[in-house]
Amino acid sequence: MNDIATLSRERLLHVYRQMKLIREFEERLHVEIATGEIPGFTHLYAGQEAVAVGVCEQLGDADYIVSTHRGHGHCIAKGVEVIGMMKEIYGRRDGICHGKGGSMHIADVAKGMLGANAIVGGGPPLAVGAALACKLRGNRHVSVAFGGDGSANQGTVFEAMNMAVVLRVPAIFVFENNGYSEHTGAGYAVGSGDLAARSRAFGMPAERVDGADFFAVHAAMGRAVLHARSGGGPSTIEAAITRFYGHFEGDPQNYRAKDEVANHRQTMDCLKRFRARMEIDRDLTPAELDAVDTEVLRLIDQAVAAAKAAPPPLEADLYSDVYIDY
Amino acid sequence: MAQLSMRDALNQALHQEMERDERVIVLGEDVSGGAGGSSGQREASGGIFGVTKGLLPRFGEGRVIDTPISESAIVGAAAGAALAGLRPVGELMFADFVGVCMDQLYNQIAKFRYMFGGKSKCPVVIRMAMGAGMNMGPQHSQTIYPFLTAVPGLKVVVPSNAHDAKGLLIQAIRDDDPVMFFEHKALYPRKGEVPEHAYTIPFGEASLVREGEHATVVAIARMVPFAERAIDALAKEGITCDLIDPRTTSPLDEETIIESVEGTGRLVIVDESPPRCGLAADIAAMVAEKAFRSLKRPIIQVTAPHTPVPFAPALERAYVPGPPRIEAAIRLALRDA
Repeated sequence: MNDIATLSRERLLHVYRQMKLIREFEERLHVEIATGEIPGFTHLYAGQEAVAVGVCEQLGDADYIVSTHRGHGHCIAKGVEVIGMMKEIYGRRDGICHGKGGSMHIADVAKGMLGANAIVGGGPPLAVGAALACKLRGNRHVSVAFGGDGSANQGTVFEAMNMAVVLRVPAIFVFENNGYSEHTGAGYAVGSGDLAARSRAFGMPAERVDGADFFAVHAAMGRAVLHARSGGGPSTIEAAITRFYGHFEGDPQNYRAKDEVANHRQTMDCLKRFRARMEIDRDLTPAELDAVDTEVLRLIDQAVAAAKAAPPPLEADLYSDVYIDY
Repeated sequence: MAQLSMRDALNQALHQEMERDERVIVLGEDVSGGAGGSSGQREASGGIFGVTKGLLPRFGEGRVIDTPISESAIVGAAAGAALAGLRPVGELMFADFVGVCMDQLYNQIAKFRYMFGGKSKCPVVIRMAMGAGMNMGPQHSQTIYPFLTAVPGLKVVVPSNAHDAKGLLIQAIRDDDPVMFFEHKALYPRKGEVPEHAYTIPFGEASLVREGEHATVVAIARMVPFAERAIDALAKEGITCDLIDPRTTSPLDEETIIESVEGTGRLVIVDESPPRCGLAADIAAMVAEKAFRSLKRPIIQVTAPHTPVPFAPALERAYVPGPPRIEAAIRLALRDA
């Protein structure tokens, strides 16, 4: 189903803004990380925006997602506030997790965002639990487990998929197949090469979509949500996509052909694709989209400035929130 | 007051908490049992040790959930449901199976609250049966609570009797932190006086099982009744001991132990786990640091040896610290140099 006709102009502008916001958040981090001011290591989501936004645009705050180490895009798409995120990535006291989690652990339970997760394959069992809670409450909400082609080879993911089928819970497994498990190609590491077929073998429907096409992801997610909400249980979406940067910032990417990323930026850029689509369908004018670009860049500037100016945590913060009472 | 086995006391706690709070659910392998079997009989086991018996008929399949043999998914699903507002009690059958779900325990649930800046809680209980004495061999007999005691963010409960088991389990279910609940298999049939009503026992409050003046004995789980036997035998000779059951190893009631050692000057610690990085070593270090000047003799640790738990009954008997070893250790502690 082509659902472009069902989305209002306002909604389309919002979708574009969400994808652009993720892109510029990550592009700016790429620049700022190179200055050495951001501690730790960071995994950028640039290139995969249409997956996060296509999925999360079908969800509300009462639906859950569980994310990955490459989680900034999922957070933004689920409505997590970007200034708090930027402060967290800078390790600031008023970051969204008070500087205790950093890039790989951004969470906002009130938004249904149950955390980025630095253990590959760590999240899907949690998503099954959140889906179980939805099922017991009979509230028709759903739970999404994001993962990559790398996570698809973890036993925890197999356990989670089987249990989701056995318990018939409203869980949706979204595999963002970006072609690489860290520095190793999916062509080598995914034995069958076909994550959707693997998911079907667990007893759930699965489909493959072009992950650079917002409308394709959004439509597939619409089907998955409908399936889950009508009591059909779990399903899988495998989105073929690429990442524009390395596994982490600083990764020399010796495993990728010289022109691979440049080519992908030409052919698999969801923002370019979206703009081209708007020009054909004339839903949104280039001027309207340009205005979004300007506003997004201003917000990112503001987020970086706020993060740089924000104070670090106090030493006493080390000892808080280990338990409820200390 | 009713005499209940520890198994029945735990079962009563689960019934009462599920009755009181509909957010409490139970999930694990064979917590009911029988799903998909050819007889069609549900509740074919009620838990491998019978602790969850009767829950399915009373509360239904929605809240009493048989799972596949998938420990990571059991712990993860319990944790995800807890983040989403339920209060799940997951069951791992044997504590040894922590080996196949360690990531979910120590990287996930132990850290959510801290790494999410205090904005989440994960009120999950993971129950598991531990301990040697039933000839179940190296992979079904371990007392692995020291591993999990070492993880910040987890609370660890090690009851030694039916009364405490009930109160501690109810506390665990009502607690807003993740709780690892270790049930010693050999204690399941042991009976004790258990009040009918629901009650809680706070974490981090040790129980003074015996009061005495000559030595302090700290013992954990099954080692508590063994230490009682040793101490009661010595009492006939006029030797009396404090016997402290910490009940929870995280948090640990350091104060009660220190206070007792300050009075007796002699300390014997009894732990069924192997000696390296175990609870006995942990408590010994704590006392050496905080009450060194009160000690009249070196601290004595009575532990299992640094070996896996053997299968053969003769070997397993040699593995588990029993009353004679504890008695000998106390006598050694009382011998003045």
